[in-house]
Amino acid sequence: MTVNEMAKLIEAENMTPEADGNAAVSCGYTCDLLSWVMAHGAAGMAWVTVQTHMNVIAVASLMEMAAVIIPEGIEMEEPSLEKAKDEGICVLQTKLTAFEICARLAAAGLKGK
Amino acid sequence: MAVILEKNFPVEAGAFTTAGEASTTIKRTLKQLGVNAEVLRRVSVACYEVELNLVIHSLGGTLTLLVDPGKVTLISKDVGPGIPDIEKAMTEGFSTASAEARTLGFGAGMGLPNMKRNASEFDIQSEVGVGTTITMSFALT
Repeated sequence: MTVNEMAKLIEAENMTPEADGNAAVSCGYTCDLLSWVMAHGAAGMAWVTVQTHMNVIAVASLMEMAAVIIPEGIEMEEPSLEKAKDEGICVLQTKLTAFEICARLAAAGLKGK
Repeated sequence: MAVILEKNFPVEAGAFTTAGEASTTIKRTLKQLGVNAEVLRRVSVACYEVELNLVIHSLGGTLTLLVDPGKVTLISKDVGPGIPDIEKAMTEGFSTASAEARTLGFGAGMGLPNMKRNASEFDIQSEVGVGTTITMSFALT
């Protein structure tokens, strides 16, 4: 599954069209504790979190994730989006809940970590 | 062994917005040097954790990157306040992080255990009122 295909599936808006939408998504994950994500993240991961500050992008970039997904209509701050663009991290925003996002991605065959 | 590269990164206490910048630069540097992906990932995780610890817990400090032909070494040295009980601090789930840090998603008590798990060698020395030094090395072969 590519980032673009995933975005369509979860009715998400791509906040960083500059990032590579054709990048492959390797697995899915959801967690709001950044240290936890640092311990369990993986390259190519799609990470669902309600956190929207700059450190989210730092973690996603260090782990070489494919995308960060922000649920429930929450908006990521502009400085974080700028950093995401600089780092080439794709940020998707959707009105769906984290539960619904994961359910749809799992139903489409995306594995957990 | 001859040091190929040495770089110092000052890390400011409480600077949450810029936290991760040193780690990102270090990762880029090592990638350019051709360090393999698995080692790079482990260095990145440990480096980010230790950088965050400087931001969250210390009164400020410096992160030093050393690269020699056999290994990558990260040294975090701060100017206090020091850790009263290292054994407790090393326990997964134990955290003294502030409410501000917790709101940002830190303070899960995973930092030090995460560093130890990812480094080939891990050493922590601390004295209350003086400071903490963490030395981590990552074998390249």
